[in-house]
Amino acid sequence: MNSAAEGTAARPHLLARFGRAAGGLPRRVSTVLHRHPRLRLGFLLGPPMLWLGVAYLGALGALFITAFWGQNPFTGDVVREWNLDNFRTLWESEVYRKIAFRTLGIAALVTVVDIVIAFPVALYMAKIASPRLQRILVIAVLTPLWASYLVKAYAWRIMMSEGGIVDDLGGFLGLDTPGYGLAATVITLAYLWLPFMILPIYAGLERLPDSMLEASMDLGAKTGPTLRRIVLPTVFPAVVAGSIFTFSLSLGDYITVRIVGGANQMLGNVVYDNVGAANNLPFAAAVATIPVVIMLVYLAAARRTGALENV
Amino acid sequence: MNHPTKTERTEAPERDREEQGPPAVSLRGLRKEFGSVVAVDGIDLDIANGEFFAMLGPSGSGKTTVLRMVAGFEVPTDGRVELGGVDVTRQAPFSRDVNTVFQDYALFPHMTVAQNVEYGLRVKRVPRAERRTRAQEALEKVRLGQFGSRRPGQLSGGQRQRVALARAIVNRPKVLLLDEPLGALDLKLRREMQVELKQLQRDLGITFLFVTHDQEEALTMSDRIAVFNEGRIEQVATPRDLYELPATPFVAGFVGTSNVIDGDAATKLLGEPGTFSVRPEKIQLHLDAAHVPTHHAVTAAGVVREVVYLGSATQSIVDLDHGGSLIVLRQNQQSSEEGDVAGRGAHVHLSWSREHTVSVVPASPDE
Repeated sequence: MNSAAEGTAARPHLLARFGRAAGGLPRRVSTVLHRHPRLRLGFLLGPPMLWLGVAYLGALGALFITAFWGQNPFTGDVVREWNLDNFRTLWESEVYRKIAFRTLGIAALVTVVDIVIAFPVALYMAKIASPRLQRILVIAVLTPLWASYLVKAYAWRIMMSEGGIVDDLGGFLGLDTPGYGLAATVITLAYLWLPFMILPIYAGLERLPDSMLEASMDLGAKTGPTLRRIVLPTVFPAVVAGSIFTFSLSLGDYITVRIVGGANQMLGNVVYDNVGAANNLPFAAAVATIPVVIMLVYLAAARRTGALENV
Repeated sequence: MNHPTKTERTEAPERDREEQGPPAVSLRGLRKEFGSVVAVDGIDLDIANGEFFAMLGPSGSGKTTVLRMVAGFEVPTDGRVELGGVDVTRQAPFSRDVNTVFQDYALFPHMTVAQNVEYGLRVKRVPRAERRTRAQEALEKVRLGQFGSRRPGQLSGGQRQRVALARAIVNRPKVLLLDEPLGALDLKLRREMQVELKQLQRDLGITFLFVTHDQEEALTMSDRIAVFNEGRIEQVATPRDLYELPATPFVAGFVGTSNVIDGDAATKLLGEPGTFSVRPEKIQLHLDAAHVPTHHAVTAAGVVREVVYLGSATQSIVDLDHGGSLIVLRQNQQSSEEGDVAGRGAHVHLSWSREHTVSVVPASPDE
């Protein structure tokens, strides 16, 4: 075939293509997008990046900046002068130091309680329950997330009241209700965030093949050593992933402690009071940076365990 | 072996006679039901000490379930598992002196190769120094002496397979169980590993109980083979007997290619009713009736329907004048295109020796 023949053969094809492209705007846009992958990526990621940049990081940045400003004690207006007064107050005042450490302690305790409860539940769900029961349990774990936070917190308040259900049931074992206080706060928070611990551990155990457990037993390891040497190391990243949720959610909480915590305060309450009653926004911002910094340290530590690589 | 008799079901190989004592593995009336599904339907089997024994069958035939009951991962619905004469039916896997090479290898990803191999010794509290030496020995046996510090994720499929093997043999079990250990490897590697496994078994003198669906693998490696079908054993025999004297039509069809002659064709061709099997390579194909060897008692005339060139051999499908068809396999000893290869549509004469006609009896579904 000579080149002239090829030329005529190609022409109708070309025409057809132009004809089609002229056919409609959507098609033309599709064609342009198809030819320019970067443009495509821009359209795909543009809106979420904008949101992330402005609404999320912007707000966080504003928070940090405000933390270094002050307040006119008479007018209550924000004074835009850089200083470290807010942080100095936080460090020097024993009350705030105590609240910060209490918050940290509660968050750590809630995380530990959740790990201890979630692990056996997740293990049962992933490795023992039948597929049908497994599905039911996943739904059962997720359902409480649909219920209102306040309803659940108040439910615990009623349960832990004098003469409440915890009092009644505890009576059989010779135990009292913990009453309203730190114990009740830890219990309630642990209940609220439990699904966030169960699900990652469950997912981690799901990925652990049964043959691995069988291999361990086949090689002579009983249940205890198999759990310690095979299961725990495998799900450790999942536990860390779950703890990021339970830890950070507890750090920022201020409602539960109000409802079941008695007179105790957490960092969130200090922020809340300074935004509202005291109207000292710069100080509230300074307090709010504490959990953020703690969380950054925590995430850096979690990263070293490899927990963030396959979440 | 002149006559087509059925092989004894529990015939043990010669070496068994030297080794006195109870068989390494002994299964009695073994049954396993999963809900309403009967996976294993009454298995009786004795595996001698030092034997390389294969359980061969299609998927879902119950062979893996039997292996898992020997390992202790499944509890039988009925029947007994004995290891070296001791009833272990109710024992947990960690109490049994067997080790398993898993189909997916089941290596521990968070441990190094050496730690994987040492695992069995570690949980049995073998001192560290001895652990090290034995693990290194086991790794060298599978030619992975240099790989101890790697992670399983950094190894190829064949290397992982060998780590799984080392991890099992380091414990010096009485019986090594292998669940389709070569299934995930490519053909070339699989062939190499077949030879290596056989050699390893001879070196160690451990009883190997091997599950496979690959008949060629079973034939090349095993001392004896049990053919499984629908939860039952169809036949237990040496590879040679299994191939030459299949006991049932299923065995004849599953192990190699086979011509099954039954019904009318049997009466017309062989002069007696029944079901018979003839291997394709035992049949000779002649263009001229005068060339049929005199010692070939069975002859049949037909027309070639299809000729398939297979490289080392040529396979012809011949429609018989009596009805039915036979597959004939002929070695390509001459490389030139010889005229004596009958083309499609050619009238041919088939013949074979009477002794190659094996009577096969369908396994009765209810014994």
